[in-house]
Amino acid sequence: MFLKCSLFVEKERRVKANSREYNDKFLYADNRIKTSKYNIFTFLPVNLFEQFQRVANAYFVVLLILQLIPEISSLSWFTTIVPLVMVLVITAVKDATDDYFRHKSDQQVNNRKSQVLIRGSLQKEKWMNVRVGDIIKLENNQFVAADILLLCSSEPYGLCYIETAELDGETNLKARQALSVTSDLGDVSKLLNFDGKVICEPPNNKLDKFTGTLNWRGNKYSLDNGKMLLRGCILRNTEWCFGMVIFAGLQTKLMQNCGKTKFKRTTIDKLMNTLVLWIFAFLICMGVILATGNTIWETWIGRGFEMFLPWTKFQISTVFSGFLTFWSYIIILNTVVPISLYVSVEVLRLGHSFFINWDVKMHNRQTNTAAVARTTTLNEELGQVEFIFSDKTGTLTQNIMVFSKCSINGTIYGDVYDEFGHRMEITEKTACVDFSYNLLSDGAFKFYDNTLVEAVKQKDPAVQEFFRLLALCHTVMSEESEGKLVYQAQSPDEAALVTAARNFGFAFWARTPESITVCEMGQVVTYQLLAILDFNNTRKRMSVIVRDAQGRLRLYCKGADTIIFDLLDPSSTDLMHTTSEQLNEFAGEGLRTLALAYKDLDEEYCDVWMKKFLFVSAVLENREDQLAALYEEIERGMKLLGATAIEDKLQEGVPETISKLNLANIKIWVLTGDKQETAVNIGYSCNMLRDDMTDVFVVSGHTLTEVQQQLREAKERILSLSRVSDARNDEENDMFADDSVFEEAIITEYALVINGHSLAHALEPQLEIVFLDLACLCKTVICCRVTPMQKAQVVELVRKHKRAVTLAVGDGANDVSMIKTSHIGVGISGQEGMQAVLASDYSFAQFRYLQRLLLVHGRWSYFRMSNFLSYFFYKNFAFTLVHFWYGFFCGFSAQTVYDQWFITLFNIVYTSLPVLAMGLFDQDVNDQNSLRHPSLYKSGQNNLFFNKRQFFLCTVHGMTTSFLLFFIPYGAFSVMVKEDGSHSSDQQTFSITIATSLVIVVSVQIGLDTHYWTAVNHLFVWGSLAMYFAILFAMQSDGLFGVFSNIFSFVGAARNCLSEKSVWLVILLTTAVCIVPDLFVRSIRASLFPTQTDKVRQLQQSCKSQRPEEQNLRRARRTSSRRSAYAFSHQEGFGELITSGKNMRTSRVSSTCSYERTAPSSKWIENVIKRTNAVSCISFGSPNKQHQSLKQPDRLNC
Amino acid sequence: MMASSYNAKEEDGHHSGSSSHGGPGAIKSKKPDNTAFKQQRLPAWQPILTAGTVLPAFFVIGLIFIPIGIGLFVTSNNIKEFEIDYTGVEIDSPCYICAKNFSWNSTTSCVCSVNFTLDQPFESNVYMYYGLSNFYQNHRRYVKSRDDSQLNGVESNLKQPSKECEPYRTSDGLPIAPCGAIANSLFNDTLELFHINQNGTKQRVNVTKKGIAWWTDKHVKFRNPGGSSNLSVAFQGTAKPVNWRKAVYDLDPEDPENNGFINEDFIVWMRTAALPTFRKLYRIIQKKPNSTPTLSSGRYVMEITYNYPVLSFDGRKRMILSTISWMGGKNPFLGIAYITVGSICFFLGVVLLVIHHKYDTRTNSAEIPN
Repeated sequence: MFLKCSLFVEKERRVKANSREYNDKFLYADNRIKTSKYNIFTFLPVNLFEQFQRVANAYFVVLLILQLIPEISSLSWFTTIVPLVMVLVITAVKDATDDYFRHKSDQQVNNRKSQVLIRGSLQKEKWMNVRVGDIIKLENNQFVAADILLLCSSEPYGLCYIETAELDGETNLKARQALSVTSDLGDVSKLLNFDGKVICEPPNNKLDKFTGTLNWRGNKYSLDNGKMLLRGCILRNTEWCFGMVIFAGLQTKLMQNCGKTKFKRTTIDKLMNTLVLWIFAFLICMGVILATGNTIWETWIGRGFEMFLPWTKFQISTVFSGFLTFWSYIIILNTVVPISLYVSVEVLRLGHSFFINWDVKMHNRQTNTAAVARTTTLNEELGQVEFIFSDKTGTLTQNIMVFSKCSINGTIYGDVYDEFGHRMEITEKTACVDFSYNLLSDGAFKFYDNTLVEAVKQKDPAVQEFFRLLALCHTVMSEESEGKLVYQAQSPDEAALVTAARNFGFAFWARTPESITVCEMGQVVTYQLLAILDFNNTRKRMSVIVRDAQGRLRLYCKGADTIIFDLLDPSSTDLMHTTSEQLNEFAGEGLRTLALAYKDLDEEYCDVWMKKFLFVSAVLENREDQLAALYEEIERGMKLLGATAIEDKLQEGVPETISKLNLANIKIWVLTGDKQETAVNIGYSCNMLRDDMTDVFVVSGHTLTEVQQQLREAKERILSLSRVSDARNDEENDMFADDSVFEEAIITEYALVINGHSLAHALEPQLEIVFLDLACLCKTVICCRVTPMQKAQVVELVRKHKRAVTLAVGDGANDVSMIKTSHIGVGISGQEGMQAVLASDYSFAQFRYLQRLLLVHGRWSYFRMSNFLSYFFYKNFAFTLVHFWYGFFCGFSAQTVYDQWFITLFNIVYTSLPVLAMGLFDQDVNDQNSLRHPSLYKSGQNNLFFNKRQFFLCTVHGMTTSFLLFFIPYGAFSVMVKEDGSHSSDQQTFSITIATSLVIVVSVQIGLDTHYWTAVNHLFVWGSLAMYFAILFAMQSDGLFGVFSNIFSFVGAARNCLSEKSVWLVILLTTAVCIVPDLFVRSIRASLFPTQTDKVRQLQQSCKSQRPEEQNLRRARRTSSRRSAYAFSHQEGFGELITSGKNMRTSRVSSTCSYERTAPSSKWIENVIKRTNAVSCISFGSPNKQHQSLKQPDRLNC
Repeated sequence: MMASSYNAKEEDGHHSGSSSHGGPGAIKSKKPDNTAFKQQRLPAWQPILTAGTVLPAFFVIGLIFIPIGIGLFVTSNNIKEFEIDYTGVEIDSPCYICAKNFSWNSTTSCVCSVNFTLDQPFESNVYMYYGLSNFYQNHRRYVKSRDDSQLNGVESNLKQPSKECEPYRTSDGLPIAPCGAIANSLFNDTLELFHINQNGTKQRVNVTKKGIAWWTDKHVKFRNPGGSSNLSVAFQGTAKPVNWRKAVYDLDPEDPENNGFINEDFIVWMRTAALPTFRKLYRIIQKKPNSTPTLSSGRYVMEITYNYPVLSFDGRKRMILSTISWMGGKNPFLGIAYITVGSICFFLGVVLLVIHHKYDTRTNSAEIPN
């Protein structure tokens, strides 16, 4: 079935409703999701197969086989098989647990219930059994089970609302509307007979596009994205809806957007693989050299020596003997790449992951979440990140809009002053205003300035008008939920404003197409809504025209200050100037501002205007422009009321983190699904964009050529400017005029903002390089309105062409693809669900922890891993190559220098723990200093600690050590005799001397490599030495020899050898000669050419006694240009939706009495007020008055 | 993977709701422990290797190594050593004929004698070694061609030697004892030393053949099978090694205690040398109780029963006479090496001192960007 599916390339999709027989023909994917890899039966073979695909594992198996051939075997089989089995088992267990959890989560999702129309009735069915063509019923707040075509809903006109946070990260509601022909299929019997046939595009990953047609009853209806509910959305504000499944399971747009899970490997991993290949090559070279040597030896000497050492029957010729020797040497020398390297690396990474999980400073107290390293194999990559791709909403911002300040009639409200008149910083401890007097207040709303409340209570007309405007001029919908008034706003900004008005006593309560009901200071007032002059991108404002209870007509307008100020009445000029200054102040604090104005209208003018309005509305040609002109006509001559300032709350510490990361030479790109204005605004408040930047390029072309043009222009501009500065630089200092310095100079000054539709073109093959070059020249890059797939494409682009480590951080499902594509994915465990976290490699609660993750943990991990690898390669070269030198003195016969037990245990027991301790605990610089000096991070980005050169150096170091380890004892042993005259230049003594020297040299060397000697390091280093001697004597004891005399043939050698003074003198000499040069070079280097790290270390040591206080990196905000709050995430056309009444609960057609549906809610409010009266009496006016006011809606009812 | 998230979210919400009902105790804090270990704040010694901190080490090494080196050098020079090559390669060499006419099958042994003169008397115990050159006792196939269990007197291995012994495992269907190439190639020249008195008479120099093997080898590693005093019975059913003229239990006709596997010459041979040029202790000339030197200066003759062929592989045979000191035999290498290394260290120490004074103070300034 699966095979067939994959073979069948779908060109278009045909789905027939309620007809499984028909749809089954096409073998569409069902709604089951499978992310697991194995099942019980396939686990063992598949897993082993996967494991042996790793070169290392396969290599060791080959070695093992070689060792089983007696003619070749120069080492016993147990030296290889024990570690190999260990590695395989550990890996298999880990894979199995991972897959178990995947199975579990798959099962959970697949077993979710949904209501499906089968066999004539609605039945509960598991998600995995939902098929393409089925009609399913969704209820409020349910997840959509598959990509479905909306057929009808509980709402009029087949409207329904969805939240798409899981898909694109936007939390505002979106409306979807069914085709009018299907919107009245509202009951099961009608739906059962629905046999429409949909022909549409094949499955794809475009979230915002859908094309198809519905054929029903002989007619064709075209379908677009506005009629689709995608998997991953949540149904909101809609009691129920019915839909027909178009795409299911893995073919849904959500799943198609997932991107493939890649097996992520770190740069060091890849480097290590290359190096291992090099080492293999080196190994083969040495094998060939030694084999040739063997052939020559056998020809010249071996033949003559045959009387004492006859050739075996396998030894046909000297060449063949050389061939066998080659393999024998491969076995002996294989320890240059020991299995324990791979195990140790995994152990280190696991340890580093635990340190991340344990870090108290990355634990968020509010949400009680600690940082989690979900992948344990990427830690050192954290120390090499060059690009960070960040989501905006929920990552940089909290996605909470807060009504922070306002200016009313020239007075600023919102600041808190202490008793001396100084402005106080608002913190969590600041007492906020008590809104308990207001029955309808929203508890979550916080405001700190009491003077505004006083002003409202004193009925200051300007203040009242200000809030009345906020309560009237918007497109928010209200709803009653669990006895509370709930607003559904299109944009969080609007919700914030309306909520503010509500708390200050002007609660927007309900709306119909022709009226708005507001509870003003406890009184219910209904305004007649004459017109909504809707927002669009050029107008940057919206207005409403209302008639109040007294019959006065008034226009309320809110919008971008620059626009509003142009439309003001001359009488407001003074106020405009004051307000303008105040707006500057708000903007400087990073707040989004809106100016509010009103205008009194007289009846006749309004009538005339309304007629024009109706006329223009019906015009077909140029309607937009004519409407705009008409709107502007009535909006002229307004009086200014004041301004609002909304804070798009950043996550804690975001600007500081960004500036830290910038100092560490990490480029941060923001990729957001949000609008350009929002993104730019956040760019400013995060200090990523600044007014002192030379240029902010905005690329927003709609065609390929436009985009190309814009990109080229921007790049030319940068280059031309830089050429000028280049010339200047040249004169100043020729020395530093190289490219890199130059690029730095450029980077500080430019920013690039690119739109989603332009990005689509910019990512095409012919433009991507231009785009990338430009983007890399800019300090800040912001991509807005990007789809999840585009996010991934951008990451992929950088990955592909820049060879830099990328990190993606996000919190929503829309970030999943990007998180999976990047080298490292970080999920913010925030409000927007868990997808990002589940797909991520690391997760924590707030963006600011990123600096600790990278600058501290990442840097340490990289540093440790690098040192670990350098040392490990050094150690094994020193250990193994002794055999190479010995080859020249033993007839190239692959005789080992050491006892085979020593070879087995050297890497596992004698030297593993000290190097592990170093890899786990070493710190060159402590965490505080790591954060204080972000430039330390650059060594990771530039691969300074471990690269091919470093590897070469450490192998040369190892080779030299092996050379000395062999030839110093050689020099001494050629004539050595024991103190009692008996000969001691025998093989076992020689072997023990070299082995002991090796263990000591290697231990001293790790001592030099260790920067941070904890008790554990001491224990392990000294313990390993002690262990070596203990095992040495134990292995060579009489007892063991008595039992297995052929295996432990070294009996008594250590006792005889190590009791000799001369042996110890040789060991001492060897150790000194091996260590002294390295020690000298190290100290010289640290003194003459100190690195940044060295300097910081010295600084750290010199001021160890006095702990310097935490540096305050909070930077003063600079004044930045004002930015209107209005445009943000606001959509055009909602005004129309409201005035048309389509989104109202009751349609105009069905009820002449349009307040029918609001009646119950008025009763509800009555109840609320009654209830509260019984409890407390703090409210406006007397209870009597309230009763009167409560009657008003009743009257309105008819 | 992605899909699972829906659950997670719901569960999360559900979980936090239910746990909050359970009272404060029910909420489990995920806050990690604030311990020095988990926070990576373990107290630690953080040495910084700079010229200043390291230079004492260099001086210390220098100051220790130079005296040791001088001591070693002097000691080594005081050791008397005399070496004579009797291989018989050159035509004028007394053993030329023996070397030339060597045959495994000859029943009579070829004897040759070498004259030499000691210029100085050897005062203390004199150790007599035989030295072989270009003899690959460390060849892998040679090294493994033995059966330690058999040599340890294990009965089963006596009758069934290890496969490693091939091709010297069996001979005419009988198991070889001791088996293997090492045992088979046992050095079997006999070296006898005579002092030529003023009057021209030869006087045999008395030598001991015991105490030349390691104690552990003689008492632990090598043991005769059976335990019965009659070795020929114990070795019944085994064959002697192919190249041997005598059976293993007849190696020392003079001392029955020195026969079988615990024959010391055999043990010494079985301890394979590390390098192709090696010397092995052959006999010890004990110091006489009176004050006369062990070997007085004068003319000597060494009579060699030439049984061991080395010419085919360009080998050399030597006889070495040597006294020993607290550090063993003559070994000029160590002394010179110690003096050299010590001097270099001292010199490097001086270099570091200069560097330290010139540069180290500068780096203390905190000129670190950000």
